[in-house]
Amino acid sequence: MKYLMFVCTDTEPDTDPAPEPDIHRWVAEHDASGQRLQGMALAPKSTATTVRVRNGQTLVSDGPFAETKELIVGFDLLECADLDEAIEVARAHPMARGGRIEIRPQADWDR
Amino acid sequence: MTGAQAAAAQVAAATAAEAYQRIVAALIRITGDWTLAEDCAQEALALALDRWPVDGVPDNPGGWLMTVARNRALDVLRRGTVERRKLRELAVLALTAATAEPEREEIVDDRLRLIFTCCHPALPLEARVALTLRTICAVATADIARAFLVGESTMTRRLTRAKTKITEARIPYRVPTGPALTQRLPGVLAVLYLLFTHGYNADGEPAFADEAIRLARLLARLMPDQAEVHALRALFLLQHSRRHARRDAAGDLVPLDRQDRSRWDHAAIGEAVGILDELRESELRESEPAESEPAKPGPYALQARIAACHATAASVADTDWVGIADCYDRLAHLQPSPVIELNRAVAHGYAYGPAAGLDLLARARAGGELDDYPLAIAAEADLTARAGDRVRAAALFRAAAAGVHSDAERRALLDRADEA
Repeated sequence: MKYLMFVCTDTEPDTDPAPEPDIHRWVAEHDASGQRLQGMALAPKSTATTVRVRNGQTLVSDGPFAETKELIVGFDLLECADLDEAIEVARAHPMARGGRIEIRPQADWDR
Repeated sequence: MTGAQAAAAQVAAATAAEAYQRIVAALIRITGDWTLAEDCAQEALALALDRWPVDGVPDNPGGWLMTVARNRALDVLRRGTVERRKLRELAVLALTAATAEPEREEIVDDRLRLIFTCCHPALPLEARVALTLRTICAVATADIARAFLVGESTMTRRLTRAKTKITEARIPYRVPTGPALTQRLPGVLAVLYLLFTHGYNADGEPAFADEAIRLARLLARLMPDQAEVHALRALFLLQHSRRHARRDAAGDLVPLDRQDRSRWDHAAIGEAVGILDELRESELRESEPAESEPAKPGPYALQARIAACHATAASVADTDWVGIADCYDRLAHLQPSPVIELNRAVAHGYAYGPAAGLDLLARARAGGELDDYPLAIAAEADLTARAGDRVRAAALFRAAAAGVHSDAERRALLDRADEA
């Protein structure tokens, strides 16, 4: 089962003084286990561009599509047996403490 | 209907509740399809109610129901075009391979798995309670909707959404083990607790409290090593033991000190005290808990011990307030909250005198979170009255009365103001 992990910022990060997990180690570990298929960090929101097509017209505008305080700063594509396994992978990511992580399963069109 | 037919109908009804959860749990495990499992279990029950009065009750009613439900599921899956193909093939295989009735252990396991799935933290809290009621307790959707103050169609949608998420996000149908169990069990117990309060509150469905007790009993049987499960069961029994005494003829709440203690359910109290005694013994037997283990006694054990002190006392004056104060000290340490601090102050007031209570109460209120909480004022009023300052106590009782919502509570507080 494929899950996409949206790595987001959060206005209330963890205040625990314990050091956050190392991101390079997280990537190496989950690449090796086969649970992380790919992923990347994203450039700041000032580089975002939004594209819409309305009545045949392409509308291009500046900025991320949603005005939210929590911003997507990266993503990882996971391959996990079930949601609990995906949660285990997500909770080990440093941004689970520095921000928040949203896990979404791949849509199943074969129903 | 003849006498034999009536008896058969009765057997069918009695078998129903127990068999239903087992059939639903087994079919969900095999097919992964919640709706299919519920539909087939219900059809099997309907067929039994129809046939047993005529043909007689089969030797193994539960097995009969399971076979009928399984065959029905097979029919649907074989004919089905909308269900996911791969899953369907797997399910048909598993259903065909399944023999007359699964082993006892497996049935038990299925229900436990189902409880953990229904109570998964990735589902909204209210959906967890509703799904538990619907799937494990077989409560009708209309009854759940009434308890949650929403329409039946809204509740149906909510349940469907939860089941869809379980399937599509692939919430596992499994009891977690090791540290994961320690993390997940409190969430399951919180759902049971919420279920209980839905039955216990004035506007709730009283039957839900019975369901919560039944579930706690089942959980205790399935997870005998989990102290907090036993503790929660004891807590339910103790709170429930006051059900005939806690409301007056008008339906208003009667405070603990004015309840007729002879109307408490002393059999239930005895059972709960027995559970707590066993827990205490096993705590003493065990050496230091491992780091991943929850602290002992846990929060439900402490709440149950407090409830037991009240339940076994002949009167308010005879209550083991020192024991209660000790439990609140530990509870405040495990789960710090202003309301627990308030109760702690009251307990200390009874155990060590009003000055000690007032001192703790002042500290509890320093954070400001209890500012608009009339029960905090009422507690201060009570402690002040016992400390001998009648004028100030009367004013405080009146201030508390102005803040409460129920007429009965207001009357009770105004009475206290007049007495002071």
